[in-house]
Amino acid sequence: MLSFFTRQRIRGGVHAEERKVETATQPIVYDFPLPKKLYIPLQQHVGKPAEPLIRVGDKVLKGQLLAYSQGMISAPVHAPSSGIILDVNDYPAPHPSALPIRMIVLETDGKDEWIETCPVADPFELTPEDISLRVGAAGIVGLGGATFPTAVKLNMGRENHIDTLIINGAECEPYLSCDDRQMQERAEQIIDGVRLMLHGMETEHAVVAIEDNKPQAFFAMRTAAKFFPQIKVIQIPTRYPMGWDRQLIRYVTGKEVPVGCRSSEIGVTIHNVGTAYATHKAIRHGQPLVSRVITVSGGAVGRPMNVEVPLGTLISELFNFCKVNIEDTARIVMGGPMMGDSLPHAGLPTVKATSGILALTQSELKDTDEKPCIRCASCVTVCPAGLRPLDMANNIRVNQLDAAVDIGLKDCISCGCCSYICPSNIPLVQYFKYASGEVMARQQAAHKSEQTKRLIDDRNARLERIAQQQREEELARLAAKAERERLKAEQEAAV
Amino acid sequence: MYVLSAIVSLTLLGLFLGLLLGIAARYLKVESSPIVDELESLLPGSQCGQCGFPGCRPAAEALAEGKAPATICPPGGSALAEQIAALLGLDLDLSDVKEPELLVARVSEDTCTGCTRCFKVCPTDAIVGAPKQIHAVVADACIGCKKCIEVCPTECLQMHPIEVTLRNWRWNKPSLPEASSSTC
Repeated sequence: MLSFFTRQRIRGGVHAEERKVETATQPIVYDFPLPKKLYIPLQQHVGKPAEPLIRVGDKVLKGQLLAYSQGMISAPVHAPSSGIILDVNDYPAPHPSALPIRMIVLETDGKDEWIETCPVADPFELTPEDISLRVGAAGIVGLGGATFPTAVKLNMGRENHIDTLIINGAECEPYLSCDDRQMQERAEQIIDGVRLMLHGMETEHAVVAIEDNKPQAFFAMRTAAKFFPQIKVIQIPTRYPMGWDRQLIRYVTGKEVPVGCRSSEIGVTIHNVGTAYATHKAIRHGQPLVSRVITVSGGAVGRPMNVEVPLGTLISELFNFCKVNIEDTARIVMGGPMMGDSLPHAGLPTVKATSGILALTQSELKDTDEKPCIRCASCVTVCPAGLRPLDMANNIRVNQLDAAVDIGLKDCISCGCCSYICPSNIPLVQYFKYASGEVMARQQAAHKSEQTKRLIDDRNARLERIAQQQREEELARLAAKAERERLKAEQEAAV
Repeated sequence: MYVLSAIVSLTLLGLFLGLLLGIAARYLKVESSPIVDELESLLPGSQCGQCGFPGCRPAAEALAEGKAPATICPPGGSALAEQIAALLGLDLDLSDVKEPELLVARVSEDTCTGCTRCFKVCPTDAIVGAPKQIHAVVADACIGCKKCIEVCPTECLQMHPIEVTLRNWRWNKPSLPEASSSTC
């Protein structure tokens, strides 16, 4: 009976084939050859892009600040290696469109020479505000893929009096195992990062949640957390999308985050294990975020592995190192296969958000032969957000976007469960992504038409004012003329 | 007697009410249907004439009378059609409405002579410039009315599709399966 109730804590979800074994059983590779050129985008986070403060031709050291954060929600960018700045210009972004975005191009000198860092002997002497400042200055963002600036989250944690910090070690996407390997190999550093985060947020308890398909990571983390009663390490069921923040919060705390609210409003905050490790590096060693562990996997990869690479490394260089067979590669995906973005080519840089790069063969892709909907409602069963994907897709197909928004389009998290389970291969999540973009475009269009009306009114008012002024001047001129003529007539009369 | 008083009182009542109606018709006269005004405010107001009516007002009148479908306005696209249908309570089939392609004016720097004619006619002040200086169009404020194109003496102003950047890039709509596969 009790288990009946606890099972209610997970809504929807699918259990996809994991395909993690190839990479999860090997240690993280550290001997990635330093690339000749690094392409460092100025925006690798949610919020405003960073503003460069270097010039072309400058010599920089590893860890040197290249671009500072501007605005409340932003993050700085640091040099991933030492070398010379070649260019600051637009280059294709790691995005499905590969449209250009501003990047700094760094030519490495091969020395990989660190800038002078200032490690802190006892970080628990620091004030919580100081922890946030240092984390912000190190350019740390959510490394699970959301890339929200971590310092902002720590500050929000203090302001909202968070009682539970959840460390997300679910890593529910198939293929990816970078968090798994980090938890196995860097458990003590991660636990230290968690303690620092707790200190920075003035929070009492932390829960490290790890899916039960990673027993080694669980044991390593539990051993590392043995002496810290404030940190609890728990196992959670393996089910995609367990790593979605709301699903995880629901499972771990039993609380549901209301629609339109942030998790901090119910006293919970989530950070990724990779973020905890980056926090440890930033505070204990004074090192900013300049590299990350990336899973390179997929059917076309000759040597699948987890590898630590400097940020800005081109995917093509990763592929060379991992012996990817480009001819067999039907699709390049950044991130996991469920929510990741398909990239048009490999000449794009890796960024802070890149948890994995997959080179998939044709046999690994989903059948795209679309058939009519048979109304089996499988998509309704698996939707973790409790929506009706089939009805939303039907509305969107005939362009009735308002109707789709009414039944919850905005609560769709694009997890892809519905597309994955659909027996008719209907590209449901593509419909929702299209519709979300279109709704956004309509909002912008409505905003523009308001602006247009204001501009037209302003212009008419201005023209009116100018005409009024001209009339007044004309009247004044006429009056002056009449006055002159009257004076003239008076003079003549006097003569 | 009863009959007479009934006739008189009803006649008086009729005359009084008739007078009231007459006064009301005179002083509370409705210039036009309020729904027409509402419809007109929804329409783009650029008087482009693509609907076949001489302007947005006549189109709104036709819509209010039910003589035109909700999908009448090509520049408005399906977003506008949905708003009109909601206002008029119509059923709507949007499957063959084409989304309008948005264009904005752009100055070609090679041929602009700085004659200042274009920014004088721009209804939204989207063109900036000074005499004998190359002018430029603020794309965010341009509404694509093409008034500047008509006055430009060197044809240096041209309409271009809005530049796609990461900020306005959107996912495409999935194409529908072909008829052969949907009949199985």
